[in-house]
Amino acid sequence: MLIQAFNRVTSRHHFSFVVLSFFILLAAVTMGVAIGETNIAFSTVLQAVANAAWGADYAVHPIDQGVIWNYRLTRTIVAACCGAALAVTGLVLQSLLRNALADPYLLGISAGASTGAVMVTIAGIGIGVLSMSFGALIGAMLAFGFVMLLSALASKRRSGNISTQIILAGIAGSQLFNALTAFVIAKSANAEQARGIMFWLLGNLSGARWQEVTLALPVLLIGLALVIWHARALDAFLFGSDAAASIGIPVRRVQVILIFGTAMMTAVMVSMVGAIGFVGLVIPHAARFLFGSSHLILVPACAVIGALFLIFCDIGSRIVIPGQVLPIGVVTALIGAPCFALVLIRGQKQ
Amino acid sequence: MNLDVSNIQYQLGKKTLLNDISLSMNKGERVALIGPNGCGKSTLLRLICGLNKPSTGQIRLNGKAIDRYPRRALAQHLSFVQQKATTEELVKAEDAVALGRTPWIKAFERWSETHQTYVDQALEKVSMLHKRQQHWHTLSGGEQQRLHIARALAQNTPFIVMDEPTNHLDIKQQMVVLSLIETIQRTMLVAVHDLNHALRFDRIIAMKDGQIIAQGRPEVLINEAFIADVFEVQSRVIHSSDHPPHIQLLN
Repeated sequence: MLIQAFNRVTSRHHFSFVVLSFFILLAAVTMGVAIGETNIAFSTVLQAVANAAWGADYAVHPIDQGVIWNYRLTRTIVAACCGAALAVTGLVLQSLLRNALADPYLLGISAGASTGAVMVTIAGIGIGVLSMSFGALIGAMLAFGFVMLLSALASKRRSGNISTQIILAGIAGSQLFNALTAFVIAKSANAEQARGIMFWLLGNLSGARWQEVTLALPVLLIGLALVIWHARALDAFLFGSDAAASIGIPVRRVQVILIFGTAMMTAVMVSMVGAIGFVGLVIPHAARFLFGSSHLILVPACAVIGALFLIFCDIGSRIVIPGQVLPIGVVTALIGAPCFALVLIRGQKQ
Repeated sequence: MNLDVSNIQYQLGKKTLLNDISLSMNKGERVALIGPNGCGKSTLLRLICGLNKPSTGQIRLNGKAIDRYPRRALAQHLSFVQQKATTEELVKAEDAVALGRTPWIKAFERWSETHQTYVDQALEKVSMLHKRQQHWHTLSGGEQQRLHIARALAQNTPFIVMDEPTNHLDIKQQMVVLSLIETIQRTMLVAVHDLNHALRFDRIIAMKDGQIIAQGRPEVLINEAFIADVFEVQSRVIHSSDHPPHIQLLN
């Protein structure tokens, strides 16, 4: 499988994989833009995009033009970026830590982001200067730093495998920051604020505009390039970090680069749209089930499947209940959990 | 390929796991490392493979300190077969062996015929060619261990270190793996838990309580008094004309 994958990756199949994924993603984005509370014809979507992007002169109603270009398109692109980033981060952490339950929020990022968000919006720290997103980003980074410090201290006197220390430090850090969030909410929030924070924590794409796209897309591409660059190193962790080291992988350096890189990528996404759950846990398993264990294939596959999954979950969140947008985290879990169960059962049969 | 370990000490917290260890190995030599559980065999092997750093002292490979080797370069000189390494991923036998090519392949380099030849030859050497397509978790412990050895062979290093490769295996598989090890023409340092297995090596190094207490050729070193001293068991060494000597444990 690995060997075939190596060949596949460096041959023309790879090229067709990229082209195919590109068109599938393009189709999904178009659907994401067209389908919503009010459906818009595909042709109108393409015309509006052509108008805005290349100055074409199609006759599109100004309201449709605005909804498509400034609202739905940005929302869908950000959804795709978040889905890809979360899925790839989940894959990296599962492979590096050799733990099937690892997900992007393992290292305290969502807990820290929510603490940062409530510190700004409810406790009022830096209000007027800091946006909620920026507060969330700072919170996520602080929590991640805290978890890394804790795991470094915990593994200082140990040899070999430190993944258990990292996981336990992540749990401790998450609990601490969740408690801080709960404390701030309990102390100062009114019912409306508490509800707002709860919704934000379940994921909210409604704020995604071009500003968010210009942050999410480059961050995703940089993160993705970093991970693909280390794909072979990730393969080497198949039998654990000692085995990886003895086949020439600088384990500590790869762990630091990949954990830090993916954590920053996740922190940026979470600070924009909240902690969308389930994507980072489920998609890597689904991708492994479909594409095997070579990371040169798995990483791009995870990115594409994660992006598609979140685009369709976002569509679902907008149309399931007429007139109301569900938090996307609810939809990812509602769709993801049964899908995951199916993958597990079919995996057993194999 | 020669190895020089000089005066190393290794401490974990306040506990001294290895104390004043010195040893050297020459190219092509096959050395068995013996000693009771917890005497520091695995720790010493981990230090030699660069997985941990000694607290004091130096380990040199071909005259160069091993901490001066970049990881990748070290993995081109030295491979390590762990006591037991397994995975829950769905991988095929040949993919596990293909990992041995990691130090020789660049991030985006194409998998070439040369790499494939190393993998095929290694699989053939451990008699696993016919099971190359089988998934890891469908293979027996002995077969998995042979694949780890094949992985080390595909890594094509002049020096191979193994940590109790026959541990956890049934008697027949122990013999299969042991005979396999005997046919590998490399410099080898192997931690061995069965004294009868150690008799089949060029030299034995015996450890106790984190120190090397004796070393020499098996037929010279191994006798009843020595076994009583190192392992604290009574034994009888049976010599026969058509078989290697055999150690019988009495209590």
